[in-house]
Amino acid sequence: MLIYWASDTYSITLFGHTYFKFFPQGFYNTFNIPKRLSEGMAFHFLFMWFFAINGLLYILYTIISGAWRELVPQRKSFKEAWQVLLHDLHIRKMAPPQNKYNAAQRIAYTAIIIMGFGSLITGLAIYKPVQFNTITWLCGGYHSARIIHFILTIGYVFFFVIHIVQVILAGWNNFRSVISGFEVVNDTPKPVITPTPPKDEK
Amino acid sequence: MKNNKKPKKELTIDQKIKRRNFISFGVFTAMSGAAYVGWQKLYHAPKEIPGITAGAKAPLRRALNKTELFFRNFFSNNHLVKTYPKEMAAKNVRHNSDIGVKGYFVVDDWKLQVQKHTGEIIEITIDQIRALPKTEIVFDFKCVEGWDQIQYWGGLKMIDFIEHFGLAEETKLAYVGMATPDKQYYVGLDMESAVHPQTILAYEMNGKPLPVNHGAPLRLIIPVKYGIKNLKRIGSISFSNNRPPDYWAKIGYDYYSGL
Repeated sequence: MLIYWASDTYSITLFGHTYFKFFPQGFYNTFNIPKRLSEGMAFHFLFMWFFAINGLLYILYTIISGAWRELVPQRKSFKEAWQVLLHDLHIRKMAPPQNKYNAAQRIAYTAIIIMGFGSLITGLAIYKPVQFNTITWLCGGYHSARIIHFILTIGYVFFFVIHIVQVILAGWNNFRSVISGFEVVNDTPKPVITPTPPKDEK
Repeated sequence: MKNNKKPKKELTIDQKIKRRNFISFGVFTAMSGAAYVGWQKLYHAPKEIPGITAGAKAPLRRALNKTELFFRNFFSNNHLVKTYPKEMAAKNVRHNSDIGVKGYFVVDDWKLQVQKHTGEIIEITIDQIRALPKTEIVFDFKCVEGWDQIQYWGGLKMIDFIEHFGLAEETKLAYVGMATPDKQYYVGLDMESAVHPQTILAYEMNGKPLPVNHGAPLRLIIPVKYGIKNLKRIGSISFSNNRPPDYWAKIGYDYYSGL
């Protein structure tokens, strides 16, 4: 996050009136940010490597393991995601059938990869706008690259918060399966030949 | 994924579940712990030993230097900063800092001191520099603080300067150092950035002689670097194979600060 900015321009201002400041003074004071620009930049330029390498390894893993099949949205996912949302908000009773991930998850988990790629590209565009001027141009210029980079970061914050809330709501067994990679389902007597095994989720 | 060990008893499903849970949660806890300890170590890491660079946490400085080495591979004289038409240049050019250009100073008495590799010092007047072909550039000046501004500068190209004053031998060294006459502000530049075709010793801003607060009579405009390297009021230029002292690198900023 670009919160170490010494020149804070992150606000919504129309006709000279500032309606919303993303980072009010209290935010800076709480996190002890002022006068730490160099430190913030140094952290940023170290952690960019972790994020980039981690992202690349993750993508490679999903491709090699075939896990991408569970993650990439299907044609029906976009319609179903809406039903999942209504279900999660307790507006709709039934969730559409799913495999490992539901339609909303498929979209979210693929979107986050695209976002990560976007952060990488806009990051390079901001970091080396002369050496990578083609990338900067592709991002719509220096300003546009900065704005996209910032919006994506806000996106991660939302993704993170929603994700954590969802994991808490989904309960312990779901969390356990996230860590261990398998889910314990108690009521399957294992019939070997069944044309359509009953779907039982959670 | 079966535990087929010798004649031992086959594990029950429950045992398998327990065992796998134990392993995965063990790994999860260990990795979370490692991440936490690693972060704490980094966050409380001691500052680097002060030298040419100072003020950054030691591991972060190492990362900055390694990252510089990686990204310098992409540097090329063919990569030029984007230029704009003169009309787009800011009329009120942002003035961000006075370090090195404070206090009493007679612009007319100014002479540029260039130290050659032999140790010989040559003095150059502003008229000698003005007599050479002028190069103009309108580009987006970028500051580490996050702001940027399209500015219009005119002056002598660094490569023309080097050629005219017979400094070809000096460009074989790795770094250029520049300092203000009062030695309060100083920058170190890697040679390839210093002799980049868009690096200019500027004596004009918006088509007029450089104002005092922007570094009269001569300042550095180096578009392949952040603003912190664009030294105002150049007093001396020297060449070396080691990194020359750099004002901001001494207080925690990246030495390279290239764009």
